[in-house]
Amino acid sequence: MDNDQLKDNLIRLVTHLGDNNLILGHRISEWCGHGPVLEQDIALTNIALDLIGQARMYYQYAAELTGGNATEDSIAYLRVEREYSNYLLCERPNGDFGTTIARQFIYDSWHYFFLHALQNSADKQLAAIAEKSIKEVAYHKRYSSEWLIRLGDGTSESHVRVQTSINDLWKYAEEMFEPAAFENIAISNNIYPRPALLKEQIDSFRLEILNSATLTKPEVSYFQTGGKTGIHSEYLGHILSELQYVQRAYPGLEW
Amino acid sequence: MVKNQSHVRLDIYEALSEVCDPEIPVLTIDDLGVLRSVEFVSNEWVISITPTYSGCPAMNMIEANIRIAMAALHIENYRIERVLSPAWTTDWMSEEGRLKLEQYGIAPPNPDRNNNPVRCPICKSDSVDEISAFGSTACKSLWKCNKCLEPFDYFKCH
Repeated sequence: MDNDQLKDNLIRLVTHLGDNNLILGHRISEWCGHGPVLEQDIALTNIALDLIGQARMYYQYAAELTGGNATEDSIAYLRVEREYSNYLLCERPNGDFGTTIARQFIYDSWHYFFLHALQNSADKQLAAIAEKSIKEVAYHKRYSSEWLIRLGDGTSESHVRVQTSINDLWKYAEEMFEPAAFENIAISNNIYPRPALLKEQIDSFRLEILNSATLTKPEVSYFQTGGKTGIHSEYLGHILSELQYVQRAYPGLEW
Repeated sequence: MVKNQSHVRLDIYEALSEVCDPEIPVLTIDDLGVLRSVEFVSNEWVISITPTYSGCPAMNMIEANIRIAMAALHIENYRIERVLSPAWTTDWMSEEGRLKLEQYGIAPPNPDRNNNPVRCPICKSDSVDEISAFGSTACKSLWKCNKCLEPFDYFKCH
C-alpha cells in the first residue's frame, strides 16, 4: 500500500469512530426534555454532549487529513447514509428508558475497553483522543451499568422490560468484533487494537453486569452487521434528515 | 523602549490568567489548568489550551475571550492551539482555585474520597449524598447535604 492509500484508509477509520459517537450522541439527545425524571434527563444529555464532543475531535482530525475544503461540519452534514459507517447499534431507536440503558450498556462496555487499547495506537492523534475520551466514557460505563442493575434487579415490571430490550438489542452487540477491511489494514499497522483481543475482556465484563442485574445473556444465532461498510437500517436516513436539515435547506449557514 | 520577548510573554500570561470560565466565573483558565503554555515559535505566539470535557461549550467562549485579551494587548501574530495529550485532569486545578470553588458553593474535586470525604460547601458537614453523577454542566455532579439540607454541585474528578 502506498502512502495515499494508507491515508485514505486512516480517514475512513477516523470517520467511522466519529460516526459511532455522532449518531449515538444524536439519538441520546432526543431524550432532552423527555427524561423520566430531571436528573436522568440531565445525565443522558450530558452523555450525548460528551459523545458529540468526541465525534468532533475525530471529524476535525479526518478533515485535517483530508485537506482542501473539508471541515468537521462538511463531514457531519454533507454525507449520505451509505457514506456513514457507524455501528447499527448506534442508530437503534431510544424506545423506553430501559431500552436506551440497554443500548448504552452494550456500547459503553465496548467503548471503554476499546479506548483503553486505542491509547497505545501508533497514530499519535488517535491515541490522544482516546486518552481524552476514556475519562468521560468511564462515567458513561458506570452510569449504564448501575442503571442496568437497578432495572434488572428492580421490580418484576422493570426486569421483564429491560430483559426484553437486551434480547432485542443483543444481535447488534458483536458488530464491533468483526473487523472491516479498513480496520484490518489499521490493525496491521498498529494503529488499531485487534478486536479479538478485546472480546474476551468485554464479554466477561458484560456477563458480570448482566449477572448482577439478574438478567440472562441472550443466545443469538445470527448477529447483525453492515453498518461499518455503509449498509444501514432504515433508521439512519431518518436521523440524518433531522440532523442535516438546516445545512441541506440553507447550505453553508453558520451560527 | 521595545520590550523583549520574555517581558511580552509575561504580559500575555498575565492577561490570559484573567480569562474566566464562563460557567464558573470565579475560576480563571489558569486556576483550572486549561491554559497550558505561551510560547514564541517561528514568529508567532502559540497559546496552548487544553479542553476540559470534549463537548464543553465553554471552550468556544474561552477562545473568544482569549482573542479579546490579545486584542487588548495589540498582539496579532498568535494562534491558539488545542492540545489533547496529556489529557486535562482536575489534579491541575490550583489550590487557590479549589478554595475559590468552595467559597462559590461548589465542592472542589476530591481525588481521595475515602480518606477525605466530600463535604458540603455551605455548612462543611461531611454527611452528604450523591443524587446524580451528572449535573448542570459536564464537569459537575449533583449532591445534597443531610445536615443543612441544601443541594450542591460537586466538581467531579477527571
